[in-house]
Amino acid sequence: MRRRIALLALLSAFVLAPLAAGPYLLSVLVVVMYMAYLGQAWNIMMGFAGQLSLGHSLYGGLGAYVTAALFVNWGVPAVLGLPAGIAVAVAAGAVVGALGFRFGVKGVYFALLTIAFAEFTRVLFEHIPSLGGTGGLFLPVGSRDGVDLLRLRGHPLMFYYLILAMAVGAFLLCRRLLACRIGYQWLAVREDQEAAQALGINVFRAKLAAVMLSAGLTAAGGVFFAFYYNTLFPTQAFGMGRSIDIILAPIVGGLGTLFGPILGALILTPLGELITWGTEALGFKAAGLKQLCYGLSLLAIVKFLPDGVWPWLRRRIGFDPADDEEEGT
Amino acid sequence: MSIDLANQIVTGILTGLVYSLMALGLSVIFGVVRVVNFAHGEMTALAMYAAWALATWLDLDPLLGMPLIALVMFGCGYLLQRGLIDSFIAKPEHMQFILLVSLAIIMVNGSLLAFGPDAHGVQVSYGFDTYEMGPLLVDKVRLLAAAASLAFSLALMVFFRRSKTGKAIRACADNLVGARVIGLDVRRLYAVTFGIGTACVGAAGALLSMLIDVMPPTGPELTLLAFIIVIVGGLGSMTGALLGGVLIGVSEVLAGYFLMPSMKSMFSFAILIVVLVARPQGLLGGRK
Amino acid sequence: MTAPSPLLLVENLVKNFRGLRAVDGVSFQVNAGDIVALIGPNGAGKTTVFNMIAGSLQPDAGRIELAGRSLAGLRPDQVCRAGVGRTFQLVKPFGNISVEENVVIGALRWTGDVAEARRLAREVLDLLGLADKRRLPARSLTLPDRKCLEVARALATRPKLLLLDEVMAGLRPAETDRMVAIFQRLNRDSGLTIVLIEHVMRAVMALSHRVVVINSGKPVCEGGPAEVVRDPRVLECYLGEEAARC
Repeated sequence: MRRRIALLALLSAFVLAPLAAGPYLLSVLVVVMYMAYLGQAWNIMMGFAGQLSLGHSLYGGLGAYVTAALFVNWGVPAVLGLPAGIAVAVAAGAVVGALGFRFGVKGVYFALLTIAFAEFTRVLFEHIPSLGGTGGLFLPVGSRDGVDLLRLRGHPLMFYYLILAMAVGAFLLCRRLLACRIGYQWLAVREDQEAAQALGINVFRAKLAAVMLSAGLTAAGGVFFAFYYNTLFPTQAFGMGRSIDIILAPIVGGLGTLFGPILGALILTPLGELITWGTEALGFKAAGLKQLCYGLSLLAIVKFLPDGVWPWLRRRIGFDPADDEEEGT
Repeated sequence: MSIDLANQIVTGILTGLVYSLMALGLSVIFGVVRVVNFAHGEMTALAMYAAWALATWLDLDPLLGMPLIALVMFGCGYLLQRGLIDSFIAKPEHMQFILLVSLAIIMVNGSLLAFGPDAHGVQVSYGFDTYEMGPLLVDKVRLLAAAASLAFSLALMVFFRRSKTGKAIRACADNLVGARVIGLDVRRLYAVTFGIGTACVGAAGALLSMLIDVMPPTGPELTLLAFIIVIVGGLGSMTGALLGGVLIGVSEVLAGYFLMPSMKSMFSFAILIVVLVARPQGLLGGRK
Repeated sequence: MTAPSPLLLVENLVKNFRGLRAVDGVSFQVNAGDIVALIGPNGAGKTTVFNMIAGSLQPDAGRIELAGRSLAGLRPDQVCRAGVGRTFQLVKPFGNISVEENVVIGALRWTGDVAEARRLAREVLDLLGLADKRRLPARSLTLPDRKCLEVARALATRPKLLLLDEVMAGLRPAETDRMVAIFQRLNRDSGLTIVLIEHVMRAVMALSHRVVVINSGKPVCEGGPAEVVRDPRVLECYLGEEAARC
């Protein structure tokens, strides 16, 4: 019950936040929700099913490029382009997963395989002139006032509520998944594949489902990104940096937990902004300083809270993880 | 086969030998400490900056700066392992990844702060000299760098085969429990190994500074390059790293020659995917 | 009229590991409702036989049938779905999730309804005396409790045939007796068929209807527990030829 109240309070704070927030704060909140959403998507694959993907930018980038290209070249509205983008990303996830799992590429090697696919695609997209190549793909910026959800054109506030809805949706989906058969199968696979198999679980299929679902969700996040920022560059959409951004929130927040990605995003994004603000207030404007401080903070977090912030915080505020199960019964 | 292509291949082999030395460091660290150094290229880039600084401010030829940089990098690697990485050895891979990625972020942005976003390259007085070998034209710089790299690699192999410390480190890699039982100081040996790995990086970075320019994004690129080489050759295998470096050096120039120079890394990643799927132990990784 | 086929038929099983013949012509049958013990000295090939039945290893030659249906080429998960539950000699708990969830995963073999799976999981945990520990993470259990959990998980899959690989090893005699009583009850009440690998003779004698002895991968003899322990060939394979002659 306490948990429900806390959740509702948190949600209403996010819903009401734009009332108090100026354009700058709103843009930060958008990034927070975007990172929370992507973190949730990645968490399905790594936190639940235990498959380390370090090339998740692949799926976000594919979703973004496919949907944006359809829009730019043929005026296909986002609502129709999105399924196409998701389908391509899910197919890519299936290829990476099937190759990796069928041929027994494990651990570090699987992680490197995911990086290789993302990097391969990055260079590939740098050489597709019709998609802008290295010069980037630009979406025509229409009016910033209206609300056109079908085309994903409109006011930043629309984007905020959209990504908030996506983040809440992903949270609820993950919560639901963990309470049904496939969720339990993922946990079993994560903990011990041989034992999972001995209990009748088709390990290959469970892992593949995790990759494909995670890829599809990530693709939708990529589409949001493309239509919010209106620009796409291969280095940024498919690069290592994006993949690292995706995985930071759930790891900092707490891998495999439902609140981890949200908490991680709530910590990391404002931290980055705070560092920018702090360094500028102190009169430093050197390029790289912000990222340097960010790296140092990250180092401190992984060193001192290796399990993530949420499991630590949960103990402090007395939320017993077992309450989750009780609600399920 | 045209002379031009032959020249290109020689260039690829020589550059590849320098890549090999860098990759050797990654391979040694993984083979013994079982940690994948995701900050490997960033460390190499730091060494390249160091070589540039020595050459620019003290007029020191990178070939002479190489031992100095390798020594300093050994010390850095030793301390890094003892102070930070050691406590992550037993942790899951993604934690090690985040740790090293944070280090990489710090290094990239530290060098951006210190040296700015521009490209830095070392111009030595013999930079444009070439040797004629039959019909082939070979750059003097490249030949010297490759020779130095090969010498360093061979010295390292002799160290691991012959010296007491080298044998002890191999014992840790083969059988950690056994190594502990016979009383080896595993923590110290791990630190030495990490130091050796970063020394390779230091030496390779010094040599690379004569061949390619360094700027902040060079680090991440070199990290990926080192991965490709080491996986193709066999993660943990020293001769594998040597072979992989040459292979990737040649494949890069071939991709540049037949396709487009900017597509060379795509070609390398395709090789990486094929090797990971078909032969994850790498071309020369026999065990396991 | 043909005789009804046995629940488990193992015939002339052969497995080589790099030139070493680990299992060499092992055959036995288990009828529905039987409890059969597979015994033999260390390295006799017992676990290898189990791994072949469970689909973890593919035999080089021979036949394995479950109720007349060949298990050849099936993956472990398919063998489990065909009705074979197994435990591992080196226990493999899902360490970071609760004891109850471990068992729920087993029950989800036959139902997609988590609430139903949870009900069965609680029943099984009650039966095995783990009910009060159900909310602990599995990694915090002691070894005897982990062995119980291993059994609970396998039972939750509702197997027709249960393969137990040294589940009594490391238990105290009182715990062994309790475990034996549980299996006897399951066997009597629900007709569960059990094949067990066991070194604890106290359990073998009390539990099994029939004993199959193998040594160096080869079958030695087969019979009732009392008759097998008196067989000189059995003494010989445990103690060596000379001891048996004395």
